[in-house]
Amino acid sequence: MSQVSVRNLWMEYPGQTVLERIDLEIASGEFCVLIGPSGCGKTTFLRLLLSMEQPTRGEILLDGENLPVEPGPDRGVVFQRYSVFPHLTVIQNVILGLEFARSRGLGKLFGVARRQALEEAERCIESVGLAASRDKYPSQLSGGMQQRLAIAQTLIRKPKLLLLDEPFGALDPGTKHQMYDLTTRLWQEEKITVFMVTHDLKEAFTLATRVLTFDKVRIDPGAPGAYGATITFNLPLGKKHEFSASP
Amino acid sequence: MSRRIINRRPSRGGRIAWGAAPFVFAIAAYFIFSALRLAENPNDKLLPGLAAFGDAIHRMAFARDMRTGDILLWVDTLASLQRLLIGLGFATLIGLVFGVATGVIPYVRASLSPFIAVLSMIPPMAVLPILFITFGLDELSKVVLIVIGITPFLIRDLALRVADIPGELLIKAQTLGASTWQIILRVVLPQIAPRLADAIRLSLGPAWLFLISAEAIAATDGLGYRIFLMRRYLAMDVILPYVAWITFLAFLMDWALRRFNRRFFPWASGEQS
Repeated sequence: MSQVSVRNLWMEYPGQTVLERIDLEIASGEFCVLIGPSGCGKTTFLRLLLSMEQPTRGEILLDGENLPVEPGPDRGVVFQRYSVFPHLTVIQNVILGLEFARSRGLGKLFGVARRQALEEAERCIESVGLAASRDKYPSQLSGGMQQRLAIAQTLIRKPKLLLLDEPFGALDPGTKHQMYDLTTRLWQEEKITVFMVTHDLKEAFTLATRVLTFDKVRIDPGAPGAYGATITFNLPLGKKHEFSASP
Repeated sequence: MSRRIINRRPSRGGRIAWGAAPFVFAIAAYFIFSALRLAENPNDKLLPGLAAFGDAIHRMAFARDMRTGDILLWVDTLASLQRLLIGLGFATLIGLVFGVATGVIPYVRASLSPFIAVLSMIPPMAVLPILFITFGLDELSKVVLIVIGITPFLIRDLALRVADIPGELLIKAQTLGASTWQIILRVVLPQIAPRLADAIRLSLGPAWLFLISAEAIAATDGLGYRIFLMRRYLAMDVILPYVAWITFLAFLMDWALRRFNRRFFPWASGEQS
């Protein structure tokens, strides 16, 4: 279960309101895609879901409880860049989440515990198609493979929410479509709730079960920072778990 | 069409030749002037010739000293390297602890970074008398001078390197459930390790400077001590080989650190697309 409620959310910086009056009910297992013009607060909303920042008004509830005030293993994230650790190989990147969880002191596993974790991590790498690159460093991988790795690394902690911040923005069209298939498959397998920010409308309608558009509805020409963006459309696409992501 | 000069590159062999040229010129110039001076006055001490160097090197590096029975060059080298390495070791340790702490923990940064910024402005040589007064004239004060001289730089450099780690990675580690301590251990330290070796390489020069200065002022052995002792006798035939030897040692350490980096942090050199 991972149901998200947002109640009268505001995000205000001195002299500038970024988000205002956001109300949202997202059922468990939805794939929400956030779209809208640049600088309209999509990414800010994602940062709030991640607890990188706190809203100035309102609240976000995850399964009926307030979000923790800092990022944690209940919410996984994949950024457009810098999502994987450059000093670790593929397998080490994936196993890291298990090591953090199971070795509080050193953050590193040894012996039987390590072998066990390795098995889990290997299954995870397999499922994103990186088995052949097990011992490569991220700098030796293509952009698409790095994002696959970032997703595998995130999923191993079995988060309730998966937050994707333009994860495919830097990829070429062919790779993008492979990533759509992979993301869709993993989302169905893990029954996870996804929030994804993108600029690409086609991508949004390919992946989403619900599209949320962010925009400013009130504009004061004399004071551009006075009003913030809100959700202008909340479109359920009604195609849950039953579409193919091919173009 | 002739190419612009910025687009002309020497070939592989050419690069070696171009690189060797200044060395050859410098050495040739030295011996030409040396020969000119020696022709005028065979006892000239300023630019000794090959024979004098051979003599001096044999005396310092291979024969036992008549008074102490030691081979002086090795005694000096050992004494100096010991001071240098202990100093570098402590400076690295302190630099790492404070650099990471100021880089990672906002409260430590808020309270320490202005203090360290001011501290790093104190010219280390100016506190040398204080060190001699507090720690005496022997080993400790020399090591402390090296530590004082390079630690502020190491702290600030490493704190900057920590700050360079993309924020996304620290967030990512938190979403994988890492504690502050685990983040330091598994993300921050490994990521700045290659930079640490670079920071040490950069502080090798100052470390040698402080070592030789301290030895020149108060010591009974060491490479710096010997050079300044020999100055009294205008013994250029000893001083110049000593300078060459120190240069060689410094170069060797720099090279070793570079190799260390490439060997142990292969991910850092091929860096990011």
